[in-house]
Amino acid sequence: MIVIRNARILGGEPRDILIANGLISEIGAGLGGDTVIEADGLIALPGLVDLHTHLREPGREDAETVETGTRAAAIGGFTAVHAMANTSPVADTAGVVEQVWRRGQEAGHCDVHPVGAVTSGLEGKHLAELGAMADSQARVRVFSDDGKCVSDAVLMRRALEYVKAFDGVVAQHAQEPRLTEGAQLNEGEVSGRLGLTGWPAVAEEAIIARDCLLAAHVGSRLHVCHVSTAGSVEIIRWAKSKGWNVTAEVTPHHLLLTDSCAEASPVGPYNPIYKVNPPLRTHDDVTALREALADGTIDCVATDHAPHPVEDKETEWAAAAMGMIGLETALSVVQEAMVETGLLDWAGVADRMSTRPARIGRLSGQGLPLEVGSPANITLYDPAVRTPVDPTAMVSRSRNTPYEGLTLPGRVVATFLRGRPTVLDGKLV
Amino acid sequence: MKHLISAGDLSRDEALLILDTAEELARVSGRSIKKLPTLRGRTVVNLFFEDSTRTRISFEAAAKRLSADVINFSAKGSSVSKGESLKDTALTLEAMGADAVVIRHGASGAPHRLANWVRGSVLNAGDGTHEHPTQALLDAFSMRQRLGRLEGLKVAIVGDILHSRVARSNVLLLSTLGAEVTLVAPPTLLPVSVERWPCQVSYDLDAVLPKADVVMMLRVQLERMNAAYFPSAREYSRRYGLDRDRFAKLHDDAIVMHPGPMNRGMEISAEVADSPRSTIVEQVGNGVTVRMAALYLLIGGENQ
Amino acid sequence: MLEGPDIHRALTRIAHEILERTRGASDVVLLGIPTRGATLAHRLAERVAQFEGVKVPVGSIDITMYRDDLRLGPARPLGKTDVPAGGIDGKTVVLVDDVLFSGRTVRAALDALGDIGRPKAVQLATLVDRGHRELPIRADYVGKNLPTAKSEKVKVLLSEIDGRDAVELLKNEPEGAGK
Repeated sequence: MIVIRNARILGGEPRDILIANGLISEIGAGLGGDTVIEADGLIALPGLVDLHTHLREPGREDAETVETGTRAAAIGGFTAVHAMANTSPVADTAGVVEQVWRRGQEAGHCDVHPVGAVTSGLEGKHLAELGAMADSQARVRVFSDDGKCVSDAVLMRRALEYVKAFDGVVAQHAQEPRLTEGAQLNEGEVSGRLGLTGWPAVAEEAIIARDCLLAAHVGSRLHVCHVSTAGSVEIIRWAKSKGWNVTAEVTPHHLLLTDSCAEASPVGPYNPIYKVNPPLRTHDDVTALREALADGTIDCVATDHAPHPVEDKETEWAAAAMGMIGLETALSVVQEAMVETGLLDWAGVADRMSTRPARIGRLSGQGLPLEVGSPANITLYDPAVRTPVDPTAMVSRSRNTPYEGLTLPGRVVATFLRGRPTVLDGKLV
Repeated sequence: MKHLISAGDLSRDEALLILDTAEELARVSGRSIKKLPTLRGRTVVNLFFEDSTRTRISFEAAAKRLSADVINFSAKGSSVSKGESLKDTALTLEAMGADAVVIRHGASGAPHRLANWVRGSVLNAGDGTHEHPTQALLDAFSMRQRLGRLEGLKVAIVGDILHSRVARSNVLLLSTLGAEVTLVAPPTLLPVSVERWPCQVSYDLDAVLPKADVVMMLRVQLERMNAAYFPSAREYSRRYGLDRDRFAKLHDDAIVMHPGPMNRGMEISAEVADSPRSTIVEQVGNGVTVRMAALYLLIGGENQ
Repeated sequence: MLEGPDIHRALTRIAHEILERTRGASDVVLLGIPTRGATLAHRLAERVAQFEGVKVPVGSIDITMYRDDLRLGPARPLGKTDVPAGGIDGKTVVLVDDVLFSGRTVRAALDALGDIGRPKAVQLATLVDRGHRELPIRADYVGKNLPTAKSEKVKVLLSEIDGRDAVELLKNEPEGAGK
C-alpha cells in the first residue's frame, strides 16, 4: 500500500491518497501505508493521456523505440500514449499493431495504444484492414494516416463511415497536398522574407471544413489532429455548434511558439529545430488556439512527439525532417501557455490532457477522476519550480526539442501507472 | 562585419563603405597589373552547390586579384553528390583553414547554417529563394556609377519576385540606401505579405515606367508557367516584358538592368538589352570589384 | 612642436630643394600618401608652380592594400588613389608623407608604385622625421627632424583637413598607436 501525503488534487486542498491493488482505495487526511510519498505543494492530476505520439518503432529505432519513447512519456507524466502508424512497416495490419502493443506491455512505462493507418501503406489509395486492427489484441479505435492527409474525399468518407461499426474515430492530418507542395514554413510575412516556400493556413482549413461536412453527412466521429490556425478553430467551433461529432487537438508547441522562431531564436535563424508539420503559425493563431483550448472548442492537448536523430536536423532547413519531441515538456508548456495566463485551472488541465483524450481514444481505464475506486493513474506535479530546458537531460532517444534556451515552469515529480510508480523524484523507477 | 549573408544585415554606413571601397578598387581594374597583395596567404573557398559559372568566376577573379588562394569546391562530382551533408562539408573546409567561404546553395538559409559550423567568414552567393547580397551591392554600385546617387532614386524591379533572391536583397539594400523601390509582377509571382516589405507594389508595368530612374528586369523561368503562375510566355511578355514600345516610355536618363542570365524575347527584348542605356555588361565588371571590396572588408583585417 | 609658420617655411624649403635636386622638376610627379600626405603634395605643387612656373603633376597613392599590418586591426577604409593622367613611367616620383616613422608605409608605397608603372627614380619627402626606422629607408627631403620616444605619437594637423596647421607630440600613447 502506497500513501501519497498532502497532494493537492487538481490544485485543491491537500489530501492523502491511499493506493491499494492498483486502485485509489481511500482519500482523506492522516492516512497510513507501507510506502509514504510526501507530496507537499505538489498537484495531483489523473495520469496524462497522449493521443498523438510517434514512437518510431518499428523502422526508425535510431530515433526512438517503444522503450525509450514510453520512458519519455512517463517522465512527462503520461500513463497512456497513442503510437502513430507511420512506422516502417506501416501499422496498417493487425500484426504490426499487435507487435507495437506488445512492446508497450513489455516496456511497462505506460500504456501503448497503437493507432492504425487509414489506408494501406499510408498511400491514400485503399482502406487498410481497419476492422482486423480493431478486433486485434491492440483493440485499435483511433485511425490515422498522420504525416499524410487522407485527401481523397471519397476515401475519407468511406473511412469515416466504416469505423462506425466498432466506435472508431478517424484522426485526420489536415493538409491539402497540392497547396503544400514543397512547403516549408507558414505562408506569411516570415516565409516571404526568408524565401521559404509558404505553407498556407487554407491548406489545413479547407480539409477540416470538408471533413466536418463529411462527418456530418455520414453521422460519424471525426478527430482533427494538431489544429494550428485561427481559421481552423473557427470551422471547428462552427461544426460543434451544429452538434456534429467533431473533436480536435492542439500541440504544446503550437500553443507557445510562432513562425518567427525560424527567423530569430536562441539557436539562430533557419534552425530546423523549429521545422514541424503543421508549421508554427503566427501570434494571432497562437492566441486563437489558447482561447479555443480554454473554451473547449479544442478538446485536448496532444504532443505530436516526433523524434528525429541529430543528422536529420543539423542540416539546411529544406533538407531537415519535420517534427519536434514534446512528451517530456508537454505539461510545462501547457502550464506556461494556459495556466500562467489564467486561461485554464488545474482541473481544466486534467480535462484537456487526460479525461478528454482518453474519451476520444475510447480508453476505459485512463482519464478517470481521482476518486476512490478509480485506477491509480496519477501524476504528481510541482508547478512552483522554473528550470532551463536541457536537451541533453532528456530520456527520449532524440534531442530535437524546440525549447532549448527557454526556461519553463513545473516539473513532473512522480507518475503512477495503476498504482505502480513509473517515475519517482523526477527519475524513472 | 563578420559575414555577408543578408543585405538586410548591412547598416547604411556599412553598405556605403563597401560601395566606396569598390569604387577605389575599380581604379585598379583599369591598370596593367590588376593584382593586389592584400589577401596573400588567405584562403577563399568557393562552395557551389548550384551551377552558376558567372557568379563563381566573379568571386574567383575577385579573390585572385587580392592574391588569396582560391579553392573551388563544386558539389557536382564531389562527395556532396554522394550524400555528404552540408555540415560534414563545412567541417572539411574548416580543416583546410578557409578564411572565407563563398556559398551558393539551393536551400534558403544554407549560409546561416554554414556560419554555425565554420570559423571563417561566410559570403552568401545566393541561397535558394532568399538572398543574393553581392548582386544587390553590385546593382547599387552600377546605379550610383551611372546616375550619381542612390538617395531618392526610383527603382522598378520587374518579374518573378516570389522566387527571386536578387529582388529580396535589392529591396533590403536599396531601402537602406534611400532609394524608392517598386516591385512589379503579376500577383501570382509576389509573396503574400509583400505589402509589409519596405517598398511599393504594382501589377501594372506601364504605369510605373514613366516615373522610373532604373528598371531592373528579372529572369522569368519558363517552368513557372507549368505551375500556373502565368498562362503563357506570350502573355507574360505582353504584360511584363520590356520591349521597344515600353522602353520608349522611360525618361531619357533612365537605365535598364538585368542580373542575367537573360531570356531575350521573354522579359527583355534584344534591342533593349543591347541599348546604351542598358548596364547589363558593366554589371558583370562591377561584380568583380564589389566582391573584392566585400572580401577585403570581411577578411582583410584581423581574424575575428 | 611646429606652428603654422614653421610648416610654411619647411614646405617652402622642400619645394626649393626638389626644384634644385631634380633640375627644375621637369619630369617630376608628386604623389601624396593619403590623407595628409596628399594635402602636402598639393601644397608643394603650388609652391613649385609659384617659384618656377612649372606645373608639376600631382596626385595621391593609397597604400592600404599593401600594408603589412592589415591583420593587426579591423579592415581599414581605403584612401584615394589618383595617378595623374601622364602616369609615372620614366618620371621621377616624389612620394610625400606627413610623418616618417618605421618606414613601413613607404615600403608599402614603393610596392604600390611598382604595380602602377616603372618610374625613373623615386624620392621621398616628409614633413616630420621622427626616427625609429625599422626598414632601410631614408627621406630625401625632410621638413623637420623630431627626436621622439617610441611610445609618443606625432600628430600633423593641416588647415585643409583640421582647420589649422600644427605638429603636436602626444605623450604616453599605448605602444604601437603612434605613426
